[in-house]
Amino acid sequence: MKQRNEKTCTLISLIVLFLLVYLAQNKLDAYKIRILNLGAMYVTLGVSLNLIYGFTGQFSLGHAGFMGIGAYVTALLVLPAYYKEASFILEPLAWPFTVLHAPFIIALIFSGLFSALVAFIIGFPVLRLKGDYLGIATLGFAEIFRIIANNLPHITNGALGIKGIPEFTNLWWTVGVAVVAIYVIKGLISSSYGRALMAIRENEVAAEVIGINLTFHKVMSFTISAFFAGVAGGLFACLLTTIDPKAFRLVTTFNILAVVVLGGLGSITGTVIAAFLYNFFLEYLRPIEAGFNLGPIAFPPIPGLRMVTFSVLLLALILYKQRGIMGGAEFSWRWLFQFLNRIFNHKKTTEGGAS
Amino acid sequence: MTLNLVLQNIANGLSLGSLYALIAIGYTMVYGILRLINFAHGEIFMLAPYYLYFGMLIFSLPWWASALVAIGLTALTGMLSEKIAYKPLRDAPRISALISAIGVSFFLQNLSIVVFSGIPKSVHRPSYFTKIFQFGEIRIQSTLFASVGISVVFLSLLLFIIYKTKTGLAMRSISYDIETSRLMGIDVNKAISVTFIIGSALAAVGGILWSLRFPQIVPTMGTIPGLKAFIAAVVGGIGSVPGAMLGGLLLGMSEILFVTFFPPISGYRDAFVFLILILILFFKPDGILGVKTQEKV
Repeated sequence: MKQRNEKTCTLISLIVLFLLVYLAQNKLDAYKIRILNLGAMYVTLGVSLNLIYGFTGQFSLGHAGFMGIGAYVTALLVLPAYYKEASFILEPLAWPFTVLHAPFIIALIFSGLFSALVAFIIGFPVLRLKGDYLGIATLGFAEIFRIIANNLPHITNGALGIKGIPEFTNLWWTVGVAVVAIYVIKGLISSSYGRALMAIRENEVAAEVIGINLTFHKVMSFTISAFFAGVAGGLFACLLTTIDPKAFRLVTTFNILAVVVLGGLGSITGTVIAAFLYNFFLEYLRPIEAGFNLGPIAFPPIPGLRMVTFSVLLLALILYKQRGIMGGAEFSWRWLFQFLNRIFNHKKTTEGGAS
Repeated sequence: MTLNLVLQNIANGLSLGSLYALIAIGYTMVYGILRLINFAHGEIFMLAPYYLYFGMLIFSLPWWASALVAIGLTALTGMLSEKIAYKPLRDAPRISALISAIGVSFFLQNLSIVVFSGIPKSVHRPSYFTKIFQFGEIRIQSTLFASVGISVVFLSLLLFIIYKTKTGLAMRSISYDIETSRLMGIDVNKAISVTFIIGSALAAVGGILWSLRFPQIVPTMGTIPGLKAFIAAVVGGIGSVPGAMLGGLLLGMSEILFVTFFPPISGYRDAFVFLILILILFFKPDGILGVKTQEKV
């Protein structure tokens, strides 16, 4: 398959994707749109975590923290002045934030940049650590962020959280950001930088010996990863319209990590599939605990049953597919055409055999 | 700040620290052998007070009998979780086992919400645990002596098992090199089961003592103590049992003293714990008593 044809295919599928988004945004009900939005947001989160963990091999458990930073930056920038006065009950909002205001897209970019800046600063000392220790240290930073957010009522409104954030996020934004994230990260990992990152993942000492600057590449990967996590956090704030520190607990990182691992480490395709599956299952299992009538027998609502079922599914999937859905493999046009070719040719030969 | 107040808080820190130590051992032993951060350990800890509560409520057992049954059942739960969720993944990438542990944690927590309901329950405390002793101006509840005393008994028992019995020898050799141990004829699966039984039983003791200190129990109560005990294990040097004990005591003590000396910023007590963790990781990544691992090229 020639390079140019692949580009055409990508372009066509992008147009199809945006047609689908247009249809979904106009035809589906709000609940379904919400689930699709969450799915697309998790694509961005998952792909960015995949960059630092799946491709660079650096175990980071700080994603909820970066997401939280982005969410608070966006929330403070887009919150209407009325809510800035009304909802900060504990202590009035501190000075610069009362006057700062920005349109949604600028707010999103600032969310990403601020998140990336924090990642850049903590990246230098933290990324010297290896393996599980790195995971634990990044987990520590994410938790420290959450506790600070809980204790700064004049900026974050403390545990009450920020309410009344305008609902700017729609499918155009979530899918658009996901496409940009995939494009940037895919471009990065197919460049020479990407090969350096994967060399670091495979063997750090060997990578250093052939002249790869470990600190530079690790910090770069970490910073870009945090940028997209921050942007996704901004989308999250304007999707739910209310945020509080509880939303950025360790469980959120676990969810993102589960998406990446279930999809298959180092596979963007896998992350995309797993992100949507994960959110579909989380939502469509809701009827289980709502209580239902099966013929004459009425089942009472049982809170918690949804997550029990969900965790059983999660366990079954990881036990059955130990390397994730895609197992590190990636979708490509060449693969698709070869696959179609095989089916097509197979058909031809069987037809020939029959006659 | 009077001397009495300081002594009072040291006593508090000691009792909290001994609870962290009991839970931290489960983390450190499992990590030492399987290199797995068992995120479900906090939920194992939470189950023990529930078993105790229902043992007393449904079977009307006396407190001590119910506590023993609870320890047994918790140990069994821990062992089963390993057999079902971790054993099939022994040859899979380590991250898959971690996701499996997260799955077990979700499962146990939500199953508890389904079975025990999310409404807080208050566990009965026998009167001999609520007596208050007065030493001059220091008032100490008997729970405090009990938690320190019982912890010491169980921790010495653990050290005996690890350093003086054959099973302990097998566990130590597996944590050193699992493949060679298998070749030497050690029953690896049995030793791992024993590890989970011991770790879960100690978490159960910790959970029951916790319910004497904080008698309100909810299915989500395991998360924060679990996370802090895990930090204690890392601070002490993950993989090292004496390290987990030391880390637990250190963490409990510094948490209480932080709140005592800096009451205006006491909301940051958990952040302080994480800060200790990060500083330890920066300056002594293998923990206080951890063995330095050298990467071979």
